[in-house]
Amino acid sequence: MRPRRRALVTIVTLAALAAVPVIAGLAYQPFYLDLFRRIMIFAIAAVSLDIILGYGGMVSLGHAAYLGIGAYAVAVPALHGIHSAWLQWPLAMALSGLAALLIGAVSLRTSGVYFIMITLAFAQMLYYIGISIEPWGGDDGMRLAGRSQLGGPLDLGDPHVFYYVVLALLAALLLVGERVVEARFGTVIRAVKSNEARLQAIGVASFRYKLAAFVLAGAVCGLAGALLANQTEYLTPSFMHWTRSGDIIVMVILGGMGTLVGPVLGAAALLLLEHVLSAWTVHWQVILGPLLVLVVLYARGGLSSVLPGVGARHG
Amino acid sequence: MAEPLLAVRGLRKRFGGLVATDGVDLEVAEGEALAIIGPNGAGKTTLIGQLSGDVRPDAGTIRFAGADVTALPAAARSHRGLARSFQITSIFREFTALDNVALAVQAHAGHSFRFWRSARAEAVLREPARVILAQVGLEGRADVVAGTLAHGEQRQLEIAMALATRPRLLLLDEPVAGMGADESQRMVQLLRALRGRHTIVLVEHDMDVVFALADRISVLVYGRVIATGAPETIRLDAEVRRAYLGEEVPG
Repeated sequence: MRPRRRALVTIVTLAALAAVPVIAGLAYQPFYLDLFRRIMIFAIAAVSLDIILGYGGMVSLGHAAYLGIGAYAVAVPALHGIHSAWLQWPLAMALSGLAALLIGAVSLRTSGVYFIMITLAFAQMLYYIGISIEPWGGDDGMRLAGRSQLGGPLDLGDPHVFYYVVLALLAALLLVGERVVEARFGTVIRAVKSNEARLQAIGVASFRYKLAAFVLAGAVCGLAGALLANQTEYLTPSFMHWTRSGDIIVMVILGGMGTLVGPVLGAAALLLLEHVLSAWTVHWQVILGPLLVLVVLYARGGLSSVLPGVGARHG
Repeated sequence: MAEPLLAVRGLRKRFGGLVATDGVDLEVAEGEALAIIGPNGAGKTTLIGQLSGDVRPDAGTIRFAGADVTALPAAARSHRGLARSFQITSIFREFTALDNVALAVQAHAGHSFRFWRSARAEAVLREPARVILAQVGLEGRADVVAGTLAHGEQRQLEIAMALATRPRLLLLDEPVAGMGADESQRMVQLLRALRGRHTIVLVEHDMDVVFALADRISVLVYGRVIATGAPETIRLDAEVRRAYLGEEVPG
C-alpha cells in the first residue's frame, strides 16, 4: 500500500547501506563491510524470491539451487582461467534461468504442499550432483581461482569497490522490480496469488506467466550466487542445501512478503541476528526460532509492516 | 445462420457414484436468456462449470459460436466470448474495484508480457474499466479495495468483470445469492439492461428473478433436463411443479 511511502523506505535503506563503508571506516571495523556485503547479496536472492513467493504466492523451497548454479558459473570458468564478469555473470543468470525453466515447467503444474516438495526435491537433487562432481571440489568444495574481473577501475579485489558494485546491483533490482510488479506482468502475478481461478475465467492462461516469473526470479538469484562465490572466494555445494533455501524464505517472511524492500530488511535482520547471537552461543538458532514465531504471530506483514506506511497490501 | 450460439449434446459428468450431469442437451440462441432452475443438488453449478471450462465433462460435446469448445480450458473459452460469474463471489479481494475490472480488460488486450509501464497508468485499460464500472453502478466505488465492498457490490463487480471481457454469452451462477431484497432488486435491473445485448444462461433459485429475466427456462433434476419451455409453460407444467416449483410459486 502507498507506493510513495514504500519508495521512501527503499531510498532510506539504500542510503543507509551506502553509508556503511564510511561508518565502518571511521569505526575501524572493516569487518562490517564484509558482513553488509554478504547481507546485500542475500538481499538480492531474497528479493528475487519475493517476486514469486510474496507477489505470486508460489512457495518455492528450492530457491538456493540458483544460488549454487550462479556460484558454479563463476568458479568453474575461473578454474579454466576465464575470469571476466561479463562472461561469468550472464552465464550465471542464463544457467539459473534455464534450470528454473525446467524446474518450473514441472513443479508449477502442482500447487500447495506438492509444489513446495517438488521444488525442494529438485534443489536437493542439484545439491547431490554438486557433491558428486569431484573435479569441481565435490563435497569439500574448492577455492575460487580468482574473483570475477569487471575491467577498468572496477576491481572486486578492493572491498569498497566490490561493496558498491553489489549495492548498485541491489538498487537496480529494486528499481526494476518496482516497475515489474506494477506493470501488466506484475498485475497478473499478483492476481495469481489473489485468485487464480478467477484469473483464468477472465481469460488469462496463467501458467506461462507463472513460469516466466519463476525463470526471472531464478536468473536474478543466479546473479546473487555469482556474487556469493566472489564474496566467500570459495565454492561449496552447501550453497544449494535446502536449509539455505529455508534461510531465504525466512528473510522474505521476516522482512515482509510482497514489498521488495522488506526482504532486504529481512536479510539484514537475519544475518545480523546470526552475527550477534552466534557470538554468545553456538546454539543461537534456539533464540532465533522463537523470535521468528513472534514475528509470524504478531507482525504478519514482517519488519516492513512495523515501519510506517509499508504494508504488504496493494491498494 | 440457424445454428444456436451454444449447443450442448449428451453432456455427462460423474463424481464417484454421483451422476451430476446425466445426458444434458441444451441450445441457446443468440440474444436469448435461458434460465436453468432445479432443486439443490440438481447439478446446476456443475453444468455451468462444464460450460465455462472449469469442469471437464466425461462425455458429450459443447459447441459455442460454431466451434467445438469441449476440450478448451477456461481461459481459451473466455477469448471466444464465454464469461462466467461464480455462485460464491470470486473477485481479486486485495485489488481495488477498478483494478479488478481493468485486469479483465487487460486479459483481452493482448499478452501481459509487459514489464515496465505501470498498468494503472494505461488509459487503454482504465478508461474502458471505468465505463463498465459505471454500467453496473459502481462508479463511486472505483478506488475501494474489493474485499471491503458490500456483498451486493461484490456481486455487481463480478458482473462488471464478466462484461469487461466483451462476452457473447454470460454464464451467471446465482447472481442474487445471499442478497437482501434491495440489492437483489438492483441486480435484476442491471441484468434486465444486459438482456438482449448479451446472450445469457442463468442459474437461479429465486423464481421472481427467473421469471423477470428468462425468455426460456430449463428444469434440471438429478442431472437431467426434465422440461424446457417458455416461462408460462414451465409455470404450468405438472411434472415441474411436482419436482420443484410446488411451494415456491403460488398459482
